[in-house]
Amino acid sequence: MKVQLKVWRQKNRNSPGKFVTYDSPDLNPNMSFLEMLDVVNESLASKSEDPIAFDHDCREGICGTCSLVIDGKPHGPHKGVATCQTYMRSFKEGDQIVIEPFRARAFPLVKDLVVDRKAFDRIQQKGGFISVRTGSAPDANSIPVPKENADLAMDAAQCIGCGACVAACKNASAMLFVSAKVSHLGLLPQGQPERHRRVKAMVDQMDEEGFGACTVTGSCEAVCPKSISLDFIARMNRDYLVALAKGDPKKPAAGGA
Amino acid sequence: MKLLLQIWRSSLGKKYVMALTGGALLLFVLGHMAGNLQFFLPPTYINAYGHFLQTTPELLWPSRIGLLAMVGLHISAAISLTVANRAARPTRYAGAISSQGATLAARTMIWSGLVVASFIVYHLLHYTLTLPQVNGYQVFTGQSMDFDGLVEPKTGYHDIFAMIVLGFRIPVVSGFYLLSVGLLSIHLGHGVASMFQSLGLRSHVWWPRIATSARVLSVVIFLGYAAIPVSVLLGRGSDYVNDVRTSGKSVHLSPSSLSPSK
Repeated sequence: MKVQLKVWRQKNRNSPGKFVTYDSPDLNPNMSFLEMLDVVNESLASKSEDPIAFDHDCREGICGTCSLVIDGKPHGPHKGVATCQTYMRSFKEGDQIVIEPFRARAFPLVKDLVVDRKAFDRIQQKGGFISVRTGSAPDANSIPVPKENADLAMDAAQCIGCGACVAACKNASAMLFVSAKVSHLGLLPQGQPERHRRVKAMVDQMDEEGFGACTVTGSCEAVCPKSISLDFIARMNRDYLVALAKGDPKKPAAGGA
Repeated sequence: MKLLLQIWRSSLGKKYVMALTGGALLLFVLGHMAGNLQFFLPPTYINAYGHFLQTTPELLWPSRIGLLAMVGLHISAAISLTVANRAARPTRYAGAISSQGATLAARTMIWSGLVVASFIVYHLLHYTLTLPQVNGYQVFTGQSMDFDGLVEPKTGYHDIFAMIVLGFRIPVVSGFYLLSVGLLSIHLGHGVASMFQSLGLRSHVWWPRIATSARVLSVVIFLGYAAIPVSVLLGRGSDYVNDVRTSGKSVHLSPSSLSPSK
């Protein structure tokens, strides 16, 4: 099969970008979207043209590195999959496919389709440590966790931090990402000691990075490759409210011990 | 004080402000609707209700000041959030971007809200301050009309019932009212559910119920408010205002502005 690509090309952050149209070489319909880009890049390279820059790593939907807004939807036409798990058989022969980078102030463009998502790393780093005993493996079930909480924590922990939620949100809000990161530890006993300090620090960093606020449109949930629920945003709102009400912890007196 | 500042500076905090002030305003919208629906009882009821409110300043003024504060906070938080949200995506998508299940109501909250806000200003000038310049009579009938001069013959109370009928007889006035109430209803269909979300009062069990109830409530609010101008345009109260005119108690009511189109 062959398709036509309309790809956003931009040399760097400071030069203007534009769409460039390419006709793909012959493709196998079972290629993934990223493999299709590899093939297109190979043909560009053979013509000594600059290949299209795009992010990718594991190519099996768990690393969160791939991005792309494909025909107006982050991660392409399907629900609950990342770009790397989108296959060319989802498109028709001769289709024109529009590919754009994720757009948000907090995700500055690097080149073509690559954006800098370090803002997410900084938010996650603000989450800090959890107080657990390290060393030898603990006995199984030594800390009881209700099954439903374990399941919910696992749902939240599925977030791969790809940033599709930000890309889809009309406000470029990172609430779904932050709420998933806040919730997966907040739901477990091991996450309790720092629970409120963590939500406060992460939300404050999120605001610092210049993401927008939530207007409950549900776009993030719809495009999330891991189908993370808006319920987690409510959970984060609740935890942040408690954190605000509790206030910052009392500073220890000088001297210590 | 530091806490309040923290709340205002945080994006989540401003959403709490939106939710709480929105909730207070929702209560007013419901109360005001219940009060207004007395229009469908005999005229003495709504006139007595109006008289009660106007002669109870200890109830009236705290409510007015409270509502003004709620509106002020709701609008300023909304504008500041909208500005921040726009700034969060300085470069817009160059290609078409699909809305991904976001409803029209959800995407246009600021616009439905601003139209409703401008309507509130008009509504206050029209029926609370009763400025003759804004009731449309001069423009559409060439006659002047002063709502202040309407007095219920039996009691001497301000005749709210006649004021409503005369006010909504001007189709443009009713039209703007219906448009605004429609937008208010769309605003609340999304806003009431979001209020619970912003305050964190949501789980997978409650969300479907909250979302459905919010939509039902917004339809009820639309019907409750829209019923009044629609019934006036269909003729409710036209006999009554003719009687007010012939009783000679009111001023500035000229026959041409009152006679319904026959």
